[in-house]
Amino acid sequence: MKYKTASDRWFDWTNAILLALLAASMLFPFLYIFAVSFTTLDEFLHSELLLWPKKWVADAYLYILGSPTFLRSMGMTVYLTVAGTLVNLFFTTTFAFSLSRRIYGTRILLFAVLFTLLFSAGMVPTYLIVQATGLIDSIWALILPVAIAPFNLIIVRQFFMNIPGELYEAAIVDGANDLVIFWKLILPLSKPVLAAFALFYAVGHWNTYFAGILYLNDPRMWPIQVILRQIVVQNDSKAFGSSDVMAMLENPPPPETVQMAAILLATLPILLVYPFLQKHFVKGVMVGSVKG
Amino acid sequence: MNQTAADPNVSRAPAKVSSRIAMKLSRDKYLYLLAIPGILYFLVYRYIPMLGTVIAFQDYSPFLGFSDSPWVGWKHFRTILSAPEVIQVLWNTLYLSFLQIVFAFPAPIVLALMLNEVRSELYKRLIQTVVYLPHFLSWVIVVGIFIIFLRGEGLINHFLEVVLGWQPVDFLTNLSFFRPLIILQVLWKEVGWGTILFLAALAGINPDLYEASIVDGAGRWRQIWHVSLPGIRSTIVILLILRLGNVLDSGFEHIFLMQNSFNKEISNVLDTYVYYMGIEQSDFSFATAVGLFKGLIGLVLVLGANRLAKRFGEEGIY
Repeated sequence: MKYKTASDRWFDWTNAILLALLAASMLFPFLYIFAVSFTTLDEFLHSELLLWPKKWVADAYLYILGSPTFLRSMGMTVYLTVAGTLVNLFFTTTFAFSLSRRIYGTRILLFAVLFTLLFSAGMVPTYLIVQATGLIDSIWALILPVAIAPFNLIIVRQFFMNIPGELYEAAIVDGANDLVIFWKLILPLSKPVLAAFALFYAVGHWNTYFAGILYLNDPRMWPIQVILRQIVVQNDSKAFGSSDVMAMLENPPPPETVQMAAILLATLPILLVYPFLQKHFVKGVMVGSVKG
Repeated sequence: MNQTAADPNVSRAPAKVSSRIAMKLSRDKYLYLLAIPGILYFLVYRYIPMLGTVIAFQDYSPFLGFSDSPWVGWKHFRTILSAPEVIQVLWNTLYLSFLQIVFAFPAPIVLALMLNEVRSELYKRLIQTVVYLPHFLSWVIVVGIFIIFLRGEGLINHFLEVVLGWQPVDFLTNLSFFRPLIILQVLWKEVGWGTILFLAALAGINPDLYEASIVDGAGRWRQIWHVSLPGIRSTIVILLILRLGNVLDSGFEHIFLMQNSFNKEISNVLDTYVYYMGIEQSDFSFATAVGLFKGLIGLVLVLGANRLAKRFGEEGIY
C-alpha cells in the first residue's frame, strides 16, 4: 500500500473533506453561540454572520450570574450530579461485584436484571412508587429511581469477572474477606472503567430534565435543564426571576444573548471535562460489549 | 424408622445439602451484604412498579388504593383499541420510529466506514473527538440550538432572506418540518456516538483480508463492500435487533421538547400520550394500560427479532 493511484487519492480527499464538514456542523453552533453571547444588541441586529464580535460585552453573563434562579438551579444540578453519581457507583459496583462471584441465586438475580432491559412498568406505576416512597419534591426522586442502569451493571460485572482468579485466591490466603477484597483489590483495579461509568452517570444527572418536571413541583428545586427549557425552548425571558440585575445594567442584554450565554454556561462543565475523559469513555462502551 | 435405618443416606442427604448451603451462605455473607442495595433497588423501583401495572385492570383511585379500587377487566384495553386518538398516537410513534430506522440507523455505519478509511491516525482521532461530543449534550440544549438557528429571526432565516431573497420559513411551527427536524436532531446528536461499536468491529477485521482484496485488484469501494461491510455484519444485525425492539420508543424527552400546540396532532407519541393522560390528567389506569400495551409489544418484538436473527444464522443477543 505504498503507492497511491489517482482514484485512491481522490477517494481520500473527498472522504477527509466530508468528515471535516460533518465535524464543522457540530462545532459551528457553539462558535456562533459563543460569539453572539458576547455581542451588543446593535451589532447582533446589524451583522450578517456574526462569528467574532467587534466589541465584546459580558452583560448577558453578568445578568445570568446575578440571577438567583440561575445560581440556585446550577447549585441544585451540581448537588444532584455529585450525590447521584456517588449513589450510582455505590449501588452498581456493590451489586456487580456480588453478582460476579457466583453466589447462590446469581442466576435468578441476573435474569431479574436482564428482564428489566426488556420490559419496564412504564411511567405511571413508577411515578406512583416514587410517590409512595415519599420522594416527590425531593431531589432524591431524581437519584434513587435511577440508582442502577441495568446495562451498566452488566458491563461492570463483566469487567469484574475478567479479573484473574489468582488475585482473589492470593487475597484470601492473606486473610482478606470479601469486603476487603472488594474495597482494596477490585475497586482500585477497576479505576479506568469506573471513571468511564462515573462520567456516563454524571452526564445523565447533569442533563436531567424531564424527571425534574415530573417529580419536583417546587420551581426552586428545578435543575438547570428545566430552567434552560423555559428560557430557550419556551422563550420565557422572565424565567431567570427578578429583574434587579437587569435594572442595574446600563444596557440590558437582549433575550437572544441571554439565551446563548445560558446555553454555554450550562454546557461548560461537560465541555471542560470532555477532552480529559474521552479516552476512558470509549473504553467504557467497549468493555463487555465487544467479545473478541 | 426401619427404612431410614436401613438407608441412612435418604434422610441424611437433604440435611447435608442444606448444611452445605448454610455453609456457603455464611462464607459468602459479605457478598450478600453487598448485594442488598442492588436487590432493594430492583425490587422497589423496577419490580414493584411492574406489579403496579395491575391498575390497568382497575379504575384506580389514589384514595381507594390498589386493594379497594374497583376491578374493570379489559375496559381500558378495549378503549385503546377503539379510540381514534390512540390509533393516531400509535401511528405517529411508528412513523417516527420507521423514519429513524431508515435514516438514523444506517448513518453511523456509513460514518464508521468513512472514519475507517482515514489513513491519518491523528486526523481520525480529531474528527472522532468532535463527532462524539453532541452525544453528551442534553436534549434541551440540542433542541435549544436548533430553535436558535431556525426561528423567524434566526441565522438560517436571516440567510434565506438576505442572501437568497426568500420569505422567512416557519420551521418550528410548520407541520411538514416536524418529522425531518426530529430526524436531523437525532442524527446530529447521535451519529458520531453510534460509530463506536462499528469502529471496534472494523478494527477487528483481519488486515490480511484487505491485502488479499488489493492483490485481487479491488479498489477502495470494493474493499468496503466486500471486506469491511461483511466484517461488521453481525454487529449491524445485533444493533438492528435491539433497535427493532424499541420501535415504540421514539425518544420521549426529545419529542416532548419539540412538541408545541401547532404540531401536537403528529407529534403526540405513546410516551407523551401516557404522560398527558396519566400525570397531567390523572387518568392513572388508562395511562397504565397504554404503557403496559406498549411494554408488552416491545417485549414481543425483541424476542421475535432475536429469533429471526438466529434463523438467519446470526448469533442473536441471548
